[in-house]
Amino acid sequence: MTNRFLALLAKSREDNSPIMVDGGMGTMLFAAGLMFGDPPEMWNALPDKQDKVRAVYRGYLEAGSQIILTNTFGGTPFRLKMHNLQDRTYELNKLGVELARDEAAKFGPERVVAGSIGPSGELFEPMGKLTYESAVDGFARQAEGIAAGGADVFWVETMSDLMEVQAAVAGARKAAPHLPIVATMTFDTKGFTMMGVSPTQAVNELAKLDLAAIGANCGNGPDELEATIYAMHQVDPNVVLVAKGNAGMPTLVDGRAVYNATPEHMLEHARRFRAFGATIIGACCGSSPAHIKAMTTALRTMPPLDPSTLQLTAPLAERKSMSEDKRARRERRG
Amino acid sequence: MDFSDLPDDELWLQMQDDLYDGMKEEVAAETNEALKRGYGPTEVLEKGLVAGMDVVGVDFRDGVLFVPEVLMAANSMKAGMEILRPLLTETGAPRVGKVVIGTVKGDIHDIGKNLVAMMLEGAGFEVINLGVNVDADKFLAAIKEHKPDIIGMSALLTTTMPYMKVVNQMLIDERMREEIYVMVGGAPVSETFAMAVGADAYGRDAATSVDIAKAYMDNVRKQDKIDKAAAAANQ
Repeated sequence: MTNRFLALLAKSREDNSPIMVDGGMGTMLFAAGLMFGDPPEMWNALPDKQDKVRAVYRGYLEAGSQIILTNTFGGTPFRLKMHNLQDRTYELNKLGVELARDEAAKFGPERVVAGSIGPSGELFEPMGKLTYESAVDGFARQAEGIAAGGADVFWVETMSDLMEVQAAVAGARKAAPHLPIVATMTFDTKGFTMMGVSPTQAVNELAKLDLAAIGANCGNGPDELEATIYAMHQVDPNVVLVAKGNAGMPTLVDGRAVYNATPEHMLEHARRFRAFGATIIGACCGSSPAHIKAMTTALRTMPPLDPSTLQLTAPLAERKSMSEDKRARRERRG
Repeated sequence: MDFSDLPDDELWLQMQDDLYDGMKEEVAAETNEALKRGYGPTEVLEKGLVAGMDVVGVDFRDGVLFVPEVLMAANSMKAGMEILRPLLTETGAPRVGKVVIGTVKGDIHDIGKNLVAMMLEGAGFEVINLGVNVDADKFLAAIKEHKPDIIGMSALLTTTMPYMKVVNQMLIDERMREEIYVMVGGAPVSETFAMAVGADAYGRDAATSVDIAKAYMDNVRKQDKIDKAAAAANQ
C-alpha cells in the first residue's frame, strides 16, 4: 500500500497544486471547554470528551483540510509528566491518532492523518538537563503510540532547537522507520527561532535528515511567516515547504485573548504563502475551520499570485554583528 | 587559571569577555582575582559582572545573541555571584530593586521567564522566582512576604494571558497596586495587550525588561529624594 501522505505529495508535484493542512487544535479545544492548564491529550481518553476532539477533526476535514494533525502535540513523556501522565504516553497518543483516523476515513480514503509531535519544553545540556539520548527515547515512546494509532506521517512542529528536531526525527524513525516525517520550526525571534536558528540554516540542516517536507509554523502572524517561507524557498526551491502561521496576534476582547486575523485576512495570506514558495498550507493558533475554509477556497478557485509583483512586509532574518565595543575587545584579544 | 599578570583594567575587560562567552570557571577565577586585589564586592559586581551582562543584554535585544548564549552567560554570571553574594550581604550593599516573577496560572512555559529573571539578577536586582503555574493567591503571598518593587508576569498561551488581568485586579482590590510596578511579557503578548490587562509596562525581551525595571527604580529613587526634600522644606 502506498503511503497516503507521499501519494498526496506526488499528486501535488504532478499538477502543481497546493495541499491544505488544518488550523489550530488548542484554540478549538479551549473553545469546546478545555480548561487552561489541563492537558489536551487527556481528552483523547475521556469518553465524554472524545466527541469534542472528533468534532475538531471533522471541522477541518469539512473545511477542506487534506491533512489533519492529531491532538498529540504535548504527547511527549516530558510534557505529560507535568500532569503525571507520563506512563500513559503510548495510550494517549495512540487514541488521539485513532480518533483522527476514524474521522478522516469518513471523508474518503485519501485524507492524511499526521501525528503531531511538539517540543519537550526542556532545554538540552548544558543549558538545561535534557540529554540527546533521553530526548530520543522520549520522542520514540510518543512515536510508537502515534504509529500504532495508524498515522500516515510524523509531524514534528513548533521546534526552536535543531538538536531537538534531530532527536524527534531519530525517535520517530526508531518507532516506525517506514513512515515519512515532516518537521517545522517556529521563527518568532526577529525572524530566527528562539534558539537562534535562521530559516536558511534550518533548510540546510534539516536537509540532512531526509524529511518529506519542512517549514514554519506558529510565530508572530502571517507577515513574518511570509518572510520566513520566502527565505527558505531561496535556499532550495525544490524542497516541499509547509506554511502554518497563527491567525495574527492576540488582543484582549471581553477578558479573552482573541487572535486578530479574520478568515478574509488569512485567505489573502494563503495566496501569498503559495506565491512565496509554500506547498502545504494551513494555519496555527487562533485559527478555526472558517479560516481554513476561506484559505482552501482561495487556493482552489482564485488565480495564483505572481511573486514578482509581491512585496514582503516583514524584514528577513539577518544575523547582526556584535556591538561595537564588544567587537573592539575581541580584536584586542585576538 | 591565573589572571595575576593582567593589569586591573584588562582584568575587567577579560572578565566581561569571558562572561559574554559563557566561561563559568574563568569568571569565577577572575572574580576571586579582583577581590584579592582589594576591590570591594560591589565594585567587582559592577565593573565585571554587570558590565559584562549589559553587553549580553544589548546583543540579545539586537538579535546578535539568542537564548543558548544568554543562558550560558547567565550561568557564568551566577558563578561570580555565588562568590560575591555572601560578601555583598556582609557589607550591606544597596540593592537595585526587588522583583517577584512568575508564569501565570495554567501556563507551564518558563524558558523566557527564567531568562528575564537571570538578566534582572545580572543587573543587580533581587529576584524571587515563583516558577510556573502561579495563581493570584501565590503572587499575593509572595508580595506580602517579600515586599517587591516590581512584579513580572509571563504567559505563552492565549488561554492564560488574560490571567494577568486577574492578578492585576487582585492588586487593586488589595490596595497594593499603586506601590507595585506591574510588568508583563511572553511570546504572544504585545504592548497593546499589556495595556489592556492593566500592566505598567510590556517587556518585549529580557534586555528591554531590565532597562524598564532599572528606569522605574531610578524614578522611584528620584521621587524619594523629591519627597524627602519637600518634607524637609515643610519643616
